[in-house]
Amino acid sequence: MLAFILRRIASAAGVMLTVAFLAFLIFRFVGDPVDMMLNEQATQEQRDALRERLGLNDSFLIQYGKFVARAAHGDFGISFRNQQDVSTLIGERFPATLELVLVATALSLIIGIPLGVITAIYRRSVLAETVQFASIVGVSLPSFALGIFLILLFSVKLGWLPAFGRGETVDIGFWSTGLLTSSGRRALILPSITLALFQITLVLRLVRAEMLETLRTDFIKFARARGLPNWIIYFRHGLRNCLMPVITITGMQIGNLIAFALITETVFQWPGMGMLFIQAVTFVDIPVMAAYLVIVSFIFVALNTVVDLLYGFVDPRLRAKGAMGASHAAA
Amino acid sequence: MMLTASSGHKGLPSMPAVSRTPVLSVRNVGVEFPTRHGLLTATEGVSFDIAPGEILGMVGESGAGKSLTGMSVIGLLEPPGRLSAGEIWLESERIDTLSLRERQRVRGRKIGAIFQDPLTSLHPLFTVGKQLCETIRYHLGLDKKAARARALELLNQVGIPGAEQRIDHYPHQFSGGMRQRVVIALALAAGPSLIIADEPTTALDVSVQAQITALLKQLCRENGTAILLVTHDMGVIAETADRVAVMYAGRVVEIGPALDVIQRPRHPYTQGLMNSIPSLKIRAEALNQIDGSMPRLDSMPQGCAFHPRCSFAGPRCAKQRPPLAAVGENMSAACWLHQGGVNGDA
Repeated sequence: MLAFILRRIASAAGVMLTVAFLAFLIFRFVGDPVDMMLNEQATQEQRDALRERLGLNDSFLIQYGKFVARAAHGDFGISFRNQQDVSTLIGERFPATLELVLVATALSLIIGIPLGVITAIYRRSVLAETVQFASIVGVSLPSFALGIFLILLFSVKLGWLPAFGRGETVDIGFWSTGLLTSSGRRALILPSITLALFQITLVLRLVRAEMLETLRTDFIKFARARGLPNWIIYFRHGLRNCLMPVITITGMQIGNLIAFALITETVFQWPGMGMLFIQAVTFVDIPVMAAYLVIVSFIFVALNTVVDLLYGFVDPRLRAKGAMGASHAAA
Repeated sequence: MMLTASSGHKGLPSMPAVSRTPVLSVRNVGVEFPTRHGLLTATEGVSFDIAPGEILGMVGESGAGKSLTGMSVIGLLEPPGRLSAGEIWLESERIDTLSLRERQRVRGRKIGAIFQDPLTSLHPLFTVGKQLCETIRYHLGLDKKAARARALELLNQVGIPGAEQRIDHYPHQFSGGMRQRVVIALALAAGPSLIIADEPTTALDVSVQAQITALLKQLCRENGTAILLVTHDMGVIAETADRVAVMYAGRVVEIGPALDVIQRPRHPYTQGLMNSIPSLKIRAEALNQIDGSMPRLDSMPQGCAFHPRCSFAGPRCAKQRPPLAAVGENMSAACWLHQGGVNGDA
């Protein structure tokens, strides 16, 4: 198990180095940072001084090494646009995105899993067919369209919920949370539904497909033959067997949501990382873009590693001593 | 203690000949599948009794309806399959008409089941102890501690060495034979009076097969549990069964005491079945086989379903279906050879 963890961490580190390299290349390809940081009246001496200060005279590899070393400490330099530390900017925005994503993920699991189980059990009923049809709509509906529709209905027409922003937030240490104030919670409702809809349908369809598969297995038939009641068969034996793919997909989707929450964030003017990134692109704010790339990749890689480790907890066959495969104890 | 299976009258199975009530009484049961092209009759007029502590072997080739019969007794026919006719009685209670909820009470509690593949019968993600305990607790309403004690006792009973440690192991940590022992322990969990064993040894190594059949036999004797042993393996039948029912094309064609059926089979199909068992003593050039294959459900021949493959068949066999009738003491066979000849018209 330890060797497995080490292997996973080593490969994760490899992926991160590659991503950092790509992020680093952005600096080189998008032009001379000195030109962007100084105005046109700057003298050659000023330019040279800045060039020296930024370490641009070092060799390519040394610059990359320094970039990686700083990034590992959470230092991504200074934003071109507003001259603030990039890490401070991201630190301010990240909690907003993460809260939105986690609430959306929780929604998708709480709604998606039971619906998936139920549509698998009663797969011929009208209700199941309706849910199944609705889920196709959910998969195909673009989130900006849904977001705008929700704003129109609940904010403009009905006036129940705020159309934009995060509401009041409370700072707990470095973390600013909107979950502790009622305006913060209300502001979270529409964006999280917008973000969650696709996930709900994804989880639902996944659980349904896995359940249908599982319900055909011999161990379910044998559980029936043992006379166990339906709720145990469906929710203990059946669902447990579906958890692996659900964990995999959820893990990867959390990464996706963080990376692609930017559409929802733009629609709802949500002050998260996505908004920060969109602004950075508009102003060619390369340090912010590079930092965003590295952080999002880090989240992806970290989640995937955690998912791999979680497998062992869900499936005992994967934590057998020695090999990862099943080892048969002689009887 | 042997009970005859059926009277000579078509569709009117006899009451048991002995006053002792059978554990299971299957009377004139049929299974059908509705399809787009109409109803397919899979089994028809199947009747037999099993006495307490008796092992009834049910043999036949694939598709003869042996497993369907077993599944219809525990009420686990895969939809769209369904009972078309007949009655199933368990300890003087009719069970084929029970509601789903009531069937669940019978299943596991009064009828245990053992399936072919112990590899896939157990839930891979739960320890064997957990699977045993949930079954015990649900049926017997014991608390956690008592259920675990009972689970241990069962594992010991089915001969799993080191049960105290093994109870917390997962199915993949057991060998095939040990896993089938666990499956048997699960079938016995609530102390059923009948076990349906559907090909319990087919997926196992030959050396392990003998251990499992011996175990079944021993448990049957110790607990007085009756067993319906569905298999295509005549060797297993010979070793284990008290009586044998031979199925062909969805019907019981011969039923009687195991020794008689094996040594003096009456029905030509049973005779063919016995001849096709390879023997170590006589090393034939080619193995004996019954020519042809069993008819498909949608193209059952008229008359006796076996007549196209039967070397004794006469004109009558193609016209009329022979009923299952007594052909001697305790024996019944469905063949015109023993009921007035194959030539005349009845």
